[in-house]
Amino acid sequence: MITKRIIPCLDVRDGRVVKGVNFTGLADVDSPVALAERYSACGADELVFYDITASAEGRALFTDILTETARRVFIPLTVGGGINTLADFERVLSCGADKVSVNSGAIRDPSLVGEAARRYGDQCVVLSVDVKRVDGTFRVFAKGGRENTGMEAISWIRRCVGEGAGEVVVNSIDTDGVKGGFDLPLLSAVTEAVSVPVIASGGAGRIADFIELFRALPGVDAGLAASIFHFGEVAIPELKQKMKENGIEVRIL
Amino acid sequence: MTGILDYGVGNLFSLTSSFAAIGEETVVSADPGALAEADRLVLPGVGAFGDAADKLRAAGLDRFLLSEASRGKPILGICLGMQLLFERSLEYGEHRGLGLLPGTVRPIADVIPAGLKIPHIGWNALRFPRPSPLFARIREGDHVYFVHSYFADCPSGVVTALTDYGAPLTAAVGENNVYGCQFHPEKSGGVGLAILSAFCETETPL
Repeated sequence: MITKRIIPCLDVRDGRVVKGVNFTGLADVDSPVALAERYSACGADELVFYDITASAEGRALFTDILTETARRVFIPLTVGGGINTLADFERVLSCGADKVSVNSGAIRDPSLVGEAARRYGDQCVVLSVDVKRVDGTFRVFAKGGRENTGMEAISWIRRCVGEGAGEVVVNSIDTDGVKGGFDLPLLSAVTEAVSVPVIASGGAGRIADFIELFRALPGVDAGLAASIFHFGEVAIPELKQKMKENGIEVRIL
Repeated sequence: MTGILDYGVGNLFSLTSSFAAIGEETVVSADPGALAEADRLVLPGVGAFGDAADKLRAAGLDRFLLSEASRGKPILGICLGMQLLFERSLEYGEHRGLGLLPGTVRPIADVIPAGLKIPHIGWNALRFPRPSPLFARIREGDHVYFVHSYFADCPSGVVTALTDYGAPLTAAVGENNVYGCQFHPEKSGGVGLAILSAFCETETPL
């Protein structure tokens, strides 16, 4: 049977991996290529590279890093950050990305998801959505979680999947950086709304959070996290061993 | 040296990189003259069957592949490239394939239980109903990376690996010098590289 995926996320700025806590206060971690190789060797099922650079120089540096990573690491690679046009898809796919994640770009231009899916296939287009509760309703936030779009999150996700998004990364701003576990109510609502793979993001602090996620919500396909892997708080081999002991289908090297 | 058919379907960066990682030289080309020099050939592919089959024919590579296969040169189809080895596909209408292997490519929705997600995407385990040179360096139960919504419905005699997704699905095929993987060896970590290495050790007739 298909295994549950564990996905480290590498936020890259100016050629270095960084991780935000509640999206502010960034701290330098390591070389992205070295980290990617380390994660692949210890059993990561997939990697997400998120480009948080704003400058053209930084963007060129990012594509160099992506190319170098794809030369050395042979697991699926998803790239996000600054994806606003089909030309951006082309730019990262030609450097070795397998899937492209769109967030603010889809909010600015909702036709982007459909156009990219028709050109590159549904499996290539990942919708990434930052969600926060506002007065008890799940709302979509843009610009790295700083701006409330006013859109209701579940209907936005359903619409983008209808357009052709092949996977959805659901990042809960409410739980992100808190390390108190994934946002199960939000994730439950998403898995009930769509039939494509759902990747949970935001809130993992320890191994038990992943076990709870996959046991409570069998419809979730993957768990994504950043700093707990970067800082060694959760080791992927141990995480996967514990998942297996808890009856969760997992790939062990 | 391994020849990779470049007929405008999908990105070949990871595939060429993975051959480089195992120390195998590649030639990436749409030119039959250049590809004929290679000891073995890889037919990659992502996207829709009909479009890919048209592009293969437009480049004249269908006749080239049939001729090389009949001379005994090892050929490996990957993902859609594997599907193209079969007689026909029912993806958006009916399309003719290369016919190097007997069988029909059909939606996995025809055979898996309702409620399972389509595409079948992610890491799944292999089991081997019969031995294949491709799997000389890996073990039953090893995981490889799949992304597909269609599968090869073919005689059990050509199936060399199965994977279970609510129902057994064809994961790899082989008959004489013609091989195919539904999964992506170039995205399957060390297991995938071991499969590509084993392919590079298959014999080419003189």
